[in-house]
Amino acid sequence: MSAISCRRLCKTFRQGEEVIIGLDQVDLDVEEGSFVCLSGPSGSGKTTLLNAMGGLDTPDEGEITVGQYRVDQLSKSELADMRLHSIGFVFQAYNLIPVLSARENVEFVMQVQGVPAAERGVRVREVLAEVGLQGLEGRLPGEMSGGQQQRVAVARAIANQPALVLADEPTANLDTRSAAQLMDLFVSLNRDLGITFVIATHDTRVMNYARRLIRMRDGKIVSDERQQPQAMAQ
Amino acid sequence: MNLTWRLAWRNLWRHSRRTWLTVGAMVFCNVLLIFLISLQLGSYQMMIDNSLAAYTGHVQIQHRGYLEQQRMRQSIPEISALADELRTTLGQGDVAARGMAFALASSRERSFGVLLSGVQASYEPGVSTFPGLIRQGRYLNPGDSEHIVVGAVLAQNLKVGLGDEITFIGSGRDGSFAAGVAVVVGILESGMEEIDRSVAQVPLAWFQQMFSMGEGGHAVVVRLPGLEQVPAALATAWTLVEKSPDLVVHDWDAMQPGLRQAIASDMASGWFMYAVLIILVAFSVLNTQLMSVLERTREFGVMLALGMRPVQLARLIGMETLLMSGLGMALGVALGSVLTWYLSVAGFAYPGMEELGAKFNMPGRMYPEVSLLSLLWGPAVVFLGGLLAAVYPALRLLRLVPVAAMRAA
Repeated sequence: MSAISCRRLCKTFRQGEEVIIGLDQVDLDVEEGSFVCLSGPSGSGKTTLLNAMGGLDTPDEGEITVGQYRVDQLSKSELADMRLHSIGFVFQAYNLIPVLSARENVEFVMQVQGVPAAERGVRVREVLAEVGLQGLEGRLPGEMSGGQQQRVAVARAIANQPALVLADEPTANLDTRSAAQLMDLFVSLNRDLGITFVIATHDTRVMNYARRLIRMRDGKIVSDERQQPQAMAQ
Repeated sequence: MNLTWRLAWRNLWRHSRRTWLTVGAMVFCNVLLIFLISLQLGSYQMMIDNSLAAYTGHVQIQHRGYLEQQRMRQSIPEISALADELRTTLGQGDVAARGMAFALASSRERSFGVLLSGVQASYEPGVSTFPGLIRQGRYLNPGDSEHIVVGAVLAQNLKVGLGDEITFIGSGRDGSFAAGVAVVVGILESGMEEIDRSVAQVPLAWFQQMFSMGEGGHAVVVRLPGLEQVPAALATAWTLVEKSPDLVVHDWDAMQPGLRQAIASDMASGWFMYAVLIILVAFSVLNTQLMSVLERTREFGVMLALGMRPVQLARLIGMETLLMSGLGMALGVALGSVLTWYLSVAGFAYPGMEELGAKFNMPGRMYPEVSLLSLLWGPAVVFLGGLLAAVYPALRLLRLVPVAAMRAA
């Protein structure tokens, strides 16, 4: 069964007089529980595709389905609900809320969901333990390393137990060791919890982890390969 | 504490200097408003007291129609007895009877028209400040008969001094010719030329005799400790006159309608100034919150991506403003109350005020009037103004698109 289904997705951007093609007739199906990497040079359309899947941006044409949602037909508030309950995001720049501690950053999403305080507390402890951040719960983002911040971001992304995690260049700001630890974490979450991962990257080390590698160029999918994942050399 | 409230509180202190500047502006505005409104209300009280204390009093019993026409015949019979009865019944304040007549006053050299008042020398100092304004000679004594106190300008115009005689010619209550001669025993100076030009007071008994008033007069004047006693005094006076359909009771507002108009006019200009002050503070809040929203656009984009609705972001900004305005209000009310309460007890005077007060028989210090209205009205409007100022930054958040917001620098 498909976690994501895209049909004839098109998206253009205007930069002054110039029209830039973000997505050009993209057709793609991502199966539930898969671990997919979107790769390609800057401007190839991988982030645009990721944003469209997450309902962060709307395509000009085409259909996109995530789980039971027809993303291209949802209103702003329905998109917000879909993101809140079904999708976790991991960003290149971590994007933690700077005035909240690690625990509070993770808890915040659950609070928006309306999860009761007691349940939130238990879940936060579990999730932070899963990403290996026991003992750092009270630290503010500014008091943590890049790797630790990205782990908090992952904890935040999986706290609402989403079916899908979309990650945009998650290792771009990490050293090799932290990047390897993060990818190992993604793999274990994918394997143990069955979460579908779609990762946009141009880091070849990250691509090695993928079971499916999709290459993009000029808004089009130019190759779509199944592969045997390999661990990153630390 | 709820996590969203915690987030709002911490966001306030991300730029503590900026927040303190805005809160400081609100505190300053609130303290200023509390003080100015209290002072304004206190000054109105003083203005009313001074105006009424001069001559009119708070309440008067008159003949029906006398207030509008002031005819000699519109008199109250047995006026001293009525004044005594009212004095006893009221149990507070001062009561005095008066008779009034227009007359031609002549000295050896000149003649001028005056408003001649017949007063009860024993009671008049209780209802009027004029007796305290004597600059030469003395005020009337209970035993005086053909004696007179005149205003300084009138004395100057008539070219009379202490011990000189003034002849009066007028029309008696019954239409007869009224005439008399009185010796000047005192000259008063109120500082208001209009009063000093026309005031002339003689003993009531002599006045009644000269103008064929019998035991009658034209007004029973009541001066009370404060405005709050007026309704009760009015009711008492009405009870006394209910069997005399020709008599009516007027309060100060009916006798001096210009006073309330002057206060209303002053209030309007005061409110305008306060509105300007509040708008300035609201713009300060708007500036702070708009900057706060603009510099956190990326963060708001992330929150939207995580599943927050734009309206929840707008609520967050509302909470931040609520906390900031609440802090400004709490500190402002606390500081403003202490300062204004102290001044309401100790009073204060601007340079020269005490000398001026002593000269014109008026209070030499001003006392702000502290009340719930004066303490809370201004800060409450500043608080609401602050909240309103957050509407525009909050509305901007409603239009935010996650991807565009996250691209913001």
